[in-house]
Amino acid sequence: MGEHVIKLPDVGEGVAEAELVEWHVKVGDLVREDTILGAVMTDKATVEIPSPVEGEVVWLGAEVGNVVAVGSDLVRLKVAGDDKGSVARDTSARAPAAGTVQPSVPATPPVGDAVARVPLATALPSPSANRSAQAAPPRHFVRGGARPAGEKPLAAPAVRLRAREAGVDLRQVPGTGPAGRITHEDLDAFLAQGPSQAPTPGLQARTSVEDIKVVGLRRRVAEKMAIANARIPHITYVEEVDVTALEELRATLNKQKRQDQPKLTLLPFLMRAMVRTIAEQPSLNALFDDEAGVVHQHAGVHIGIAAQTPAGLMVPVVKHAEARDLWGCAAEVTRLAEAAKAGTATRDELTGSTITITSLGALGGVVTTPIINHPEVAILGVNKIMVRPVWDGSAFIPRKMMNLSSSFDHRVVDGWDAALFVQRIKALLETPALIFIEG
Amino acid sequence: MKEISCKLLVIGAGPGGYTCAIRAGQLGIDTVVVEAKKPGGTCLNVGCIPSKALIHVAEEFEKVVQMTAGENPLGISTRKPELDLSKTMAWKDGIVGRLNSGVSGLLKKAGVKVVEGWARFRDGKTAEVETELGLQVIRAEQIVIATGSEAVELPSLPFGGPVISSTEALALTEVPGKLVVVGAGYIGLELGTAFAKMGAAVTVVEAQARILPQYDAELTRPVAKRLRDLGIEVLTGAKAKGLASKGAALSVEAADGQAMTLAADKILVTVGRKPVTKGWGLGAIDLDMDGRFLRIDDNCRTSMRGVYAIGDVTGEPMLAHRATAQGEMVAEIIAGRKRAWDKVCIPAVCFTDPEIVTAGLSPEDAKAMGFEIKTGLCPFQANGRAMTLGKEAGFIRVVARADNHLLLGIQGVGAGIAELSAGFSLALEMGARLEDVAATIHAHPTQSEGLLEAALKALGHPIHI
Repeated sequence: MGEHVIKLPDVGEGVAEAELVEWHVKVGDLVREDTILGAVMTDKATVEIPSPVEGEVVWLGAEVGNVVAVGSDLVRLKVAGDDKGSVARDTSARAPAAGTVQPSVPATPPVGDAVARVPLATALPSPSANRSAQAAPPRHFVRGGARPAGEKPLAAPAVRLRAREAGVDLRQVPGTGPAGRITHEDLDAFLAQGPSQAPTPGLQARTSVEDIKVVGLRRRVAEKMAIANARIPHITYVEEVDVTALEELRATLNKQKRQDQPKLTLLPFLMRAMVRTIAEQPSLNALFDDEAGVVHQHAGVHIGIAAQTPAGLMVPVVKHAEARDLWGCAAEVTRLAEAAKAGTATRDELTGSTITITSLGALGGVVTTPIINHPEVAILGVNKIMVRPVWDGSAFIPRKMMNLSSSFDHRVVDGWDAALFVQRIKALLETPALIFIEG
Repeated sequence: MKEISCKLLVIGAGPGGYTCAIRAGQLGIDTVVVEAKKPGGTCLNVGCIPSKALIHVAEEFEKVVQMTAGENPLGISTRKPELDLSKTMAWKDGIVGRLNSGVSGLLKKAGVKVVEGWARFRDGKTAEVETELGLQVIRAEQIVIATGSEAVELPSLPFGGPVISSTEALALTEVPGKLVVVGAGYIGLELGTAFAKMGAAVTVVEAQARILPQYDAELTRPVAKRLRDLGIEVLTGAKAKGLASKGAALSVEAADGQAMTLAADKILVTVGRKPVTKGWGLGAIDLDMDGRFLRIDDNCRTSMRGVYAIGDVTGEPMLAHRATAQGEMVAEIIAGRKRAWDKVCIPAVCFTDPEIVTAGLSPEDAKAMGFEIKTGLCPFQANGRAMTLGKEAGFIRVVARADNHLLLGIQGVGAGIAELSAGFSLALEMGARLEDVAATIHAHPTQSEGLLEAALKALGHPIHI
């Protein structure tokens, strides 16, 4: 005869101790496997303790009302078989419990016939539950969840060799050992049940947090954005522009251009339209020194072009757009964009703008709410050109439409002036010839 | 000569080739192994074994020298020892000889036919061997290439005269008065240290910024300190330019660009090893390469059906035990068993003073692979056995996944730590977690307790540190 010690199982969720609330057995009782021995209560739940083996109760480790630490001896049973066997069984049953890193991860429901002690056996992988699993092999618990996709299966060399010889891909085999290690028993179960029982690689909760220092250009951008957004009450005005004619003109010009001329994008047209409009509304091409209470209205139109570079957001500046023709603007934009991307743009080329264009057009997007490049007073946002149906009075016709999303500093620019500015640019872009006609 | 036909032909009888041949023989495969030199390869003849013999002698000699210093803390004093290096070499040769015949005996016992000579491929199924008796043609169903590696020569310092490779260094019968070692990799430092202990004035010239550049700085620090204590001068960032003073000195460009001349009786060049891919007819079979190495898959198959390759010719790490494991695996594959290379780690030992052992991933490797890690380090200063050995330099370090504590790597540096490498590899290969190591009783008093303590440290509750 041997002795079998039942310890208070890990009842989960970081609980270190539990109160014994009732005994269902007394010393001298004969118990069968799965007989309820008693119940313990944590602040979360009452958990019944089943007997994993058949035997006679010889000792009870606590009285009702006692608080019992997880892992301490609860019941001793006299069982059939020699001491050695029961000790070994006891040890092997304890090991996985000690290795349960994530007790809160729900275990996969047991395979095979129903498990008698539902609350404990399904919700809480516990030594005793596991021991009854050993007594009845089909009751097999998957511990610690499925292996994350792409992760190498963890198994001892002998298990790997057996799997290879049996033609089993260990990636298909769930591991119940510590850290998801695949044991010989897991392989046995897999060979007996086939791959249908294998869980697919699971989605894993990730808990890591990576700290990234905000330094260099990123910090500069962050500071500027904070200032702009904190100080400037933005008014954003969105209008759609029919760029069908402009796109035709652009395509024609690109087709006829000389080898040495740059390919025209929409930007140089917009820049020239802005120059025309600013001539009529110079107050939009200005820097507002809000501390001094002065608006510096510039005669020169220096257009910042917000550009995404490998290092982050940069705003190279096309100086004196009023003195550059369409091709000149295009060439300068191309040159500056390349310099910014290559990281060779000079400080001078990255400062001094009086108004800014931001374009996320290539990525799509219907509307943006651009943040003004402080201390400027206006920023124009270009949205994606899309073919949309437009009602011409008698029918819907497909037109190339583009939204302009523009923000203004409402402290010094009234909504009326903002709208007027955008409407004027719209008019120029919709009838592009107007951009080029003098007077 | 009559052609030989066999099931398996192994080219090269180094640790990879002879193991492959023996295992194949055990499995009843009709096997021929070709070797131009003595069986055992670089490892047994001019590498691991003789160098360890020499290192052992140097250690013993230095111990006795320490006892003559008068301030020996152990309380032992003795007369100044003398070293007869020619006797040392004879002893070493005896060991090598015994192992040579041991390997030959094992091959014979396994029923493997040994052909002595240099093999060349004619095609993917045929090789010809220049033997003493003439050209021997061997036809084989399967061929294993195990041609190994050889020392890299510096164009500015071709071997010959005072310029020697490790092979010649292991056969010197006199300790050179002044030895310059070019290359502070493990071979150069092992031999440089040994000769310094035997009385040579040793200078090490290394082109990179530090010694043993393949190891992390934490691991090499105790070695660097010991080199200093032994009076070995290490010039890092320095380039060997060529011989000077009619071969009696080495001209070196120091880290600051200054030219200098180092007087030298011998110049040991240990700047690495390269796979032997020439001279055996690689052109005749045109195998895919992986850089300088033969490309193999996880079954050690080359790009040609029926042709396998193992050992140093197939890539890093160029270590005997990798070749051995590959050789055994290939023999079993050829015998029809299902096998594939699925090793978790290939441990590496550097027999410097103190020794360095690495198994699995270093902290940097693990981070680079995207693992969140925990590390634990136990210095030997906290280890009783290390104190009683008078060898407190070094430590054992564990690297584990932060989420489930799976061990990813174990490294250590310390006297005699090479013997702990088995435990390191076993833990990794078995998929042990920190808790497994922490819950394993490590015998007291041993240096191996450092592993236990490092695991406890990683878990956040060390006892002794």
